[in-house]
Amino acid sequence: MSVDAKPDTQPRPQRHAAPPGSEGTMLRKAGDWARRGPLLPALIFMIIVTQLPFVVTIVVSFMDWNAYYPDERGFAGIDNFRRVLTDANTRNAIWVTILLTVGVVLISLVLGLLIALLLDRKFRGRGVVRTMMITPFLVVPVAAALLWKHALYNPTYGLFNGVLKWLFGDNAPQPDWISNQPLWSIIFALVWQWTPFMMLILLAGLQSRPLDVIEAAGIDGANQWEIFRYMTLPHLRQYLELSALLGSIYVVQNFDAVFTITSGGLGTANLPYTIYQTFYTAHDYGRASAAGVIVVIGTILIATFALRSVSTLFREETGR
Amino acid sequence: MSGQVTMVKGHSRRGGGWALSGLAWIVGILFVLPVLWMLLTSFHTEEDAAKNPPDLGAPLTLDGYKSFFDTGPWPSIANSLTASVLSTVLVILLAFPAAYALSIRPVKKWTDVLFFFLSTKMLPVVAGLLPIYLFAQSVGFLDNIWLLIILYTSMNLPIAVWMLRSFLSEVPVEILEAASVDGASLSRTLRSVVAPVVTPGIASAALICFIFSWNELLFARVLTGTVAQTAPVFLTGFVTSQGLFLAKVCAASIVVSLPVLIAGFAAQDKLVQGLSLGAVK
Repeated sequence: MSVDAKPDTQPRPQRHAAPPGSEGTMLRKAGDWARRGPLLPALIFMIIVTQLPFVVTIVVSFMDWNAYYPDERGFAGIDNFRRVLTDANTRNAIWVTILLTVGVVLISLVLGLLIALLLDRKFRGRGVVRTMMITPFLVVPVAAALLWKHALYNPTYGLFNGVLKWLFGDNAPQPDWISNQPLWSIIFALVWQWTPFMMLILLAGLQSRPLDVIEAAGIDGANQWEIFRYMTLPHLRQYLELSALLGSIYVVQNFDAVFTITSGGLGTANLPYTIYQTFYTAHDYGRASAAGVIVVIGTILIATFALRSVSTLFREETGR
Repeated sequence: MSGQVTMVKGHSRRGGGWALSGLAWIVGILFVLPVLWMLLTSFHTEEDAAKNPPDLGAPLTLDGYKSFFDTGPWPSIANSLTASVLSTVLVILLAFPAAYALSIRPVKKWTDVLFFFLSTKMLPVVAGLLPIYLFAQSVGFLDNIWLLIILYTSMNLPIAVWMLRSFLSEVPVEILEAASVDGASLSRTLRSVVAPVVTPGIASAALICFIFSWNELLFARVLTGTVAQTAPVFLTGFVTSQGLFLAKVCAASIVVSLPVLIAGFAAQDKLVQGLSLGAVK
């Protein structure tokens, strides 16, 4: 349907339609307000709750403001930014954020695609398998992180080392997973949570493929790989982009897993966690705000690319 | 001829298909296994839960749940329910008219407005946290469940607007015109004509908002204390717990996840549509 794409050329009956005979412009004006009215509460609410705080964050990022030293509040210029960017911890946090986001999104996207392809076929118990697959996504993130930290990774009573003992007996190696590979421990737990998400969107994409075209290709002699490479993958492109975009938005901001599994220790503090600490523990409001502004700039870079891909999706919808 | 081809193809598929179906089952079990493990552990005694290698046949007990409920989680669960349900209701009340304005007879520059909504989702939460904290502190609004309700509403409103807009675009414009010819007011049209058509869409938007609110940790952790504490914040009390409380930790995780698990299992298809912002149909 192209309801929303159609320019409003034909006069439609309006709610506040003026009595017959009045000016056409008046009629249109009343119509405009009838249209804008329903939008305003949501729009105003969003501007007040999300945009105003961010403006304040920008202002505070240029200030010396530490709650422990209330007398030293004042204008700081770009000091906070200089301190944040030269600070080894913050630079490490930027790096961790990139690794974490790219790692989790890429791995779960590839896994999600493979599993979606497996589940796209009809087989006995497909519904059950799908239900099992989405379970990780439904577990509360803190609970999931606690599960990985205590019930799976724990070196003395975690399941992983228990399985090693089952397999190799009492002399089995008993690694301390989180201490040995702190970042991978977090990535692995997040991949487990996000693969179902990617899988669900991609599966829906697979099932919206025009099957007749694919069957025709099969009859014309295309093999499975060719069908996948030249028909399925191009069709899935917008779904891949959408899941990568949504996944990145959430994983960039991840706080729960870092907070729970390592508490930011062992070099795993990402930017959200670092900002949380700078603000909540160190009470250095100026620096926390500067770091926040840096995160936003980084996110805008990603978002510009991402929004462009979403708008392709969008054009296709309106152009239908 | 073509019948023969499809038959051959179908046959070869069935041949490889058996292994692929098995693989799908294995993958599914691997993904659910940690949760099943958590469930099993939650029914073990602390002593059995801490055994290595694990004892699968250990007797089952409700001790883990008992000791979890002894820690007094009910107020935090009630807070989570209040915050999630009320913010979801608010989101739908605000998003539905907005989505209407953006889809059926859209306002001018409706794409810009829509992108504005989505772009607020890309603003990292941490970047707005400090001003919100300072504001709440200065007006005595910290540790107040209404602060969370307002923030969760803003967190989920863009998603709901996007989803509902795409569902509303599916409403045939003819029935709207008919309603308006019959002299129905806007709110009447929304209630009696549009709402019934998009009820499934509203349900899936509400489900997603509920899940995201229920799961939220950062806002709740920073902005609440003892009174308005939510269930995820309550769970963070177990972050450093060591050694002998594994069954209790597992029981706690299961209890707090249960509402979302039930809602998610019950509405899997809606979940798919919702997660893809309604772009996937």
